[in-house]
Amino acid sequence: MAAELHVALVAADREVWSGEATLVVARTTSGDIGVMPGHQPLLGVLESGPVTIRTREGGTVVAAVHGGFISFADDKLSLLAEIAELSDEIDVQSAEQELARAKAEDDAEAQRRADVRLRAASAGR
Amino acid sequence: MGAQLRVYKRRIRSVTATKKITKAMEMIAASRVVKAQRKVAASTPYARELTRAVTAVGTGSNTKHPLTTEAENPTRAAVLLLTSDRGLAGAFNSNAIKAAEQLTERLEREGKQVDTYIVGRRGVAHYNFRERKIAETFTGFTDEPSYADAKKIAAPLIEALETETADGGVDELHIVYTEFVSMMTQTAVDSRMLPLRLEEVAQESTTKGEILPLFDFEPSAEDVLDALLPRYVESRIYNALLQSAASKHAATRRAMKSATDNAGELINTLSRLANAARQAEITQEISEIVGGASALADANAGSDN
Repeated sequence: MAAELHVALVAADREVWSGEATLVVARTTSGDIGVMPGHQPLLGVLESGPVTIRTREGGTVVAAVHGGFISFADDKLSLLAEIAELSDEIDVQSAEQELARAKAEDDAEAQRRADVRLRAASAGR
Repeated sequence: MGAQLRVYKRRIRSVTATKKITKAMEMIAASRVVKAQRKVAASTPYARELTRAVTAVGTGSNTKHPLTTEAENPTRAAVLLLTSDRGLAGAFNSNAIKAAEQLTERLEREGKQVDTYIVGRRGVAHYNFRERKIAETFTGFTDEPSYADAKKIAAPLIEALETETADGGVDELHIVYTEFVSMMTQTAVDSRMLPLRLEEVAQESTTKGEILPLFDFEPSAEDVLDALLPRYVESRIYNALLQSAASKHAATRRAMKSATDNAGELINTLSRLANAARQAEITQEISEIVGGASALADANAGSDN
């Protein structure tokens, strides 16, 4: 049996997703990073961005993550985020509205957040 | 109906209405305790992973950070007091306030100047009434605190800690909140949150004998710690807020339960008094009739003669 990652994606107020995976791709402040089983222990700061988890069954889970950390040791990977949403939880319409509003108000932070949500939503489809 | 009896009847009606209200409040509070407890449980995975991560950085590198460095000569301290927005919770708020006052006194004895930050309208009202200085207040969310609220509270505190003491910053941060022990027991506790003692965090997170691996830090240990520590403080404050909310609801439930019990007792007593008054009234009526009848009989007997 191929080695697996035990992934836990937790937001501040709930556990968003947990399960087995073969590959996790996340965006750290110094660029995208892919973690596979047997990776060196790692602790990194995440950027706002989509996180892609390839599950054992071959499926893909995409989540929008805003601010947080990735930590990996002993084939256990935890993604800690202040806010995290799975792609199918994201309300595309409200995200689009938010994006439009953020653009109108020139709020770079909100704009990026909405953008990340939209990208995660479309990647998950 | 006699005046006395009418008064009793009216009081019974009013106490019955009060009892209905307190009973409803008791049940609402009971359901909110469960909800708040669930939120505490839901936030645990995040807190646990975060603690692990902090330990990993703390033990895996010799990085220094303002939030972990002890001031040599602490002269200013901040106290964060968590109370609730609404009362009707027995001694909940006064216990928390008392604990904060004791802590403040102790800190002042140690020669530290204390800045008070207050969450919840009750605490704010208490301090305002006594015209004490408050550094900052946060209100309006104590029944159901969200993580965003915790962030809002943490931001000025972390900023104060990172500011030099001479420029109005503080050297340490204490938090006073009500720990939720069980449905029946909630205790007001104070603990020093910052500067963080990494050894304590490590003790909390690692099971005995576990050795943490040597981590690769991305981008660097300093940057990770920089980002990690504020999140850790936020998550601790969030946890305290949730516990305080659960405790408040439990205290409300207990207070409302005893109010309901008292109302029931009062209704019993009043019913007995009302019964006695009714009996007295009947007895009096009978004796009046009997008295009247015998007076009539006496008069008749007199005229017969």
